[in-house]
Amino acid sequence: MEPKSDIAERYSGIYLNNREKIMAGSSDFINSFREKAMERFHELGIPSKKNESYRYTNLEPFFRNDYANYFIPGISDFVKAEEFRCDVTDLDSHGIVLLNGFYPSINGKFSELPGGIRIGSLNEASREFSDIVEKHYSRYAKSDTDGLVHLNTAMAADGVFVHVPEGASLKKPVQVIDLVDSDADTFNQHRNLIVVEKNAEFTIIICDHTNSPQKFLTNAVTEIYVGENSRFEIIRVQNEHNNAAKITHTFIHQERNSFAASNNITLHGGLVRNSTYHRLAGEGAECNSYGLYLSDKFQHVDNFVNVEHIAQNCTSNQLFKGVLDDMATGAFNGRIFVAPGAQGTIAYQKNNSILLTDSARMDTKPQLEIYANDVKCSHGATVGQINEDALFYLQSRGINKKEARLMLMFGFAHEVIQNIKVDPLRDRMDNLVMQRLKGELSRCASCMVKCG
Amino acid sequence: MAKDHEKIIRDVTSGEYKYGFYSDIETERIRKGLDEDVIRLISGKKNEPEWLLEFRLRAYRHWLTLKMPRWPNLTIPSIDYQDIIYYAAPRQKVSPGSIDEIDPELKKTFDKLGIPLEEQKHLAGVAVDAVMDSVSVKTTFREALAEMGIIFCSFSEAVREYPELVRRYLGTVVPHTDNFFATLNSAVFSDGSFCYIPKGVRCPMELSTYFRINAASTGQFERTLLVADEESYVSYLEGCTAPMRDENQLHAAVVEIISEANAEVKYSTVQNWYPGDKDGKGGIFNFVTKRGICRGDNSKISWTQIETGSAITWKYPSCILRGDNSVGEFYSVAVTNNYQQADTGTKMIHLGKNTRSTIVSKGISAGHGQNSYRGLVRVVKNATNARNFSQCDSLLMGDKCGAHTFPYIEVDNQSAVVEHEATTSKIGEDQIFYCNQRGISTEDAVGLIVNGYAREVINKLPMEFAVEAQKLLQISLEGSVG
Repeated sequence: MEPKSDIAERYSGIYLNNREKIMAGSSDFINSFREKAMERFHELGIPSKKNESYRYTNLEPFFRNDYANYFIPGISDFVKAEEFRCDVTDLDSHGIVLLNGFYPSINGKFSELPGGIRIGSLNEASREFSDIVEKHYSRYAKSDTDGLVHLNTAMAADGVFVHVPEGASLKKPVQVIDLVDSDADTFNQHRNLIVVEKNAEFTIIICDHTNSPQKFLTNAVTEIYVGENSRFEIIRVQNEHNNAAKITHTFIHQERNSFAASNNITLHGGLVRNSTYHRLAGEGAECNSYGLYLSDKFQHVDNFVNVEHIAQNCTSNQLFKGVLDDMATGAFNGRIFVAPGAQGTIAYQKNNSILLTDSARMDTKPQLEIYANDVKCSHGATVGQINEDALFYLQSRGINKKEARLMLMFGFAHEVIQNIKVDPLRDRMDNLVMQRLKGELSRCASCMVKCG
Repeated sequence: MAKDHEKIIRDVTSGEYKYGFYSDIETERIRKGLDEDVIRLISGKKNEPEWLLEFRLRAYRHWLTLKMPRWPNLTIPSIDYQDIIYYAAPRQKVSPGSIDEIDPELKKTFDKLGIPLEEQKHLAGVAVDAVMDSVSVKTTFREALAEMGIIFCSFSEAVREYPELVRRYLGTVVPHTDNFFATLNSAVFSDGSFCYIPKGVRCPMELSTYFRINAASTGQFERTLLVADEESYVSYLEGCTAPMRDENQLHAAVVEIISEANAEVKYSTVQNWYPGDKDGKGGIFNFVTKRGICRGDNSKISWTQIETGSAITWKYPSCILRGDNSVGEFYSVAVTNNYQQADTGTKMIHLGKNTRSTIVSKGISAGHGQNSYRGLVRVVKNATNARNFSQCDSLLMGDKCGAHTFPYIEVDNQSAVVEHEATTSKIGEDQIFYCNQRGISTEDAVGLIVNGYAREVINKLPMEFAVEAQKLLQISLEGSVG
């Protein structure tokens, strides 16, 4: 357990002083979790390097910073978010823009997509679909060591709610643009809840962007329930500026014979920490967890994955790859946990990283914890550089060194991208990665958001 | 078929621990408990110089500020450090000149363990330092080795006869502040082996230390210091056993190895402390700190361990690769059966240029055993062209056991190539079926598969002990497949 720090103390104070404001928009049900969560946060504090899962990531400077805003429940901000939405060009997806963690629902309307899929603000949903929210909210986001999950439960004021009813399936993915934009340093927290009922199919893309150069800190929690025989895919594209810190916690709970895939693609960001929790609770469930991180300058990317095999005959697969340039640092922390009795488990885990400079650094910690015997589990981790032989081969075929390096890095990254099942999306990701490797990426090309 | 398996498991796991007897030897003990007076008493008994007593007291005072670490993946019952006897020695002449002066009962004990104290012809290739409880009983082949300038004796003798050497190297690899158990050891260590190989000498025989815990409610805290000077070579082996008792006994040893330029040290362990009965009662707590430093260029340290005993094992034989082109190796087979627990692995710290390390760890869990590999590979900024390969495999037998892997890889240099791979699985039914088909019984098939699985490590042991280790594996495990 962390020693209580003055920072934790400060955040407790912020909560106490603004309790009414935080609670104003939410239903009683959501508010009923806050006090207890705050107590837990106060016990656990901001995870320090002494916390095993944060061993290689120092969050303190970001939490020590004094933010002007901790939540923005003002009506003017909703209007601003609405304005963003107006400029969305129609691509191959249903788009939603989230501003600083708030869903722009001035009229409180839910958008309804084919098949009865509903997307809207979590606050609204907790009133309109109270039965669904009450069944799932805060059921999956649990942590005994990570205080930030509890901080989010205590303070998050809104987020996206998605409900995919039984048997529904959507041809086009849903794209959530999670925009951070403010004229003052901002700390924002949001809370998403995605419920995919039986026999359904759903793909969601979450794009994390910063729109102004202020210091930002985001602490987001996404809870996902995947029902029996359902397919679910989440793709997170992170492209934020170097002063921004993004901490995401994604909890995916899977029922019998369901499939879920998670993709974390980190292109840019001062500090990025993605915690992905997969819980295979129903027999025959399968999950894939992928990640790609391309970082340079003083960026730091930390991927934490926890796959829990609770039921029998489940399969999981993890693949995380990254290229680190300049003074960038990376961390990977993967854990496969096989509960007693979870026989027939197949679990794989792989982490490969390339260091391009002597000042780049990679720390990796793949772990297996296995309490059943009929299992096939393996993990592998490598840290190295671009293969000299491959480089030489390409050069001997008349490709110049710079181009050859680029090709090899692209091929390395593509191994992650190729797992995206939606074709146009995969091509778009390939494009983004290529641009990023060339150093040309400032904002995602063909992004829906065109406003300044 | 399944019935057969169960029967085989029962038969094998109920096998008696071969070395569990107790020898009735007149033993000199000090009172229970730990304080500065006890440390002074131990130091006084060994006629130690002032600087060594100071070293002990410094360690003890530091130990008082430490708490027992909780990070290992182990369930350790609380240990009452005031309920342990820190010094127990078989009563005998201070340093027996010839074999006839050794207590016949003592001699019988070691004969029974297969460790002859006479310099026998058929074991001419091995020099043994036999340690019983807190003191070294006899070191064989001392004279023959001394002719080549090799010093091989008990730690206490070394302190008396070569104080400069001991003082120069003691605590340089494992400082007295290193960790909870190393600090405790630094305060109360009683005996152990000291070995010095001079420049350019290739040690002609295997050096070996045999540790035996005999007295009840004691702890064993030995300290081994091994120095290989430039261009020398030594192969060193340690073995250990203890009587069967219902109480847990603490064994907290420290091993320090210094390998100078172009020297090579091969350190092998066959650890067979009493593992407790099949309900997990009794057994030794084996909390050991082992570390070697490749000080000079082109030096090499190789650890090989076969861990079959102890109720709880907690050890990480490590290498600090400081010299350029130095090499570190770690080969391990760890077996946990019944209620045994093991958290073992290694640390490879790459400091020099072109340093290489290899880690091969094979864990085998059966019954309710819990087996963890925990390892660190660190490449610092200036360690260009470092290379590491790690392989950690786990074999599971039975549905109540567990196998865990916790590797840490920290790379701070772009030219490093670090690879880690691990697999966990049970013995394939297809493999057993294949053997059955060819007329090999299930029990033999399991033995065959396990030995094949561990072969890569066993092959690294000196010949005389490889056979022993193979047998030990068979006894600890064979047939445990479910």
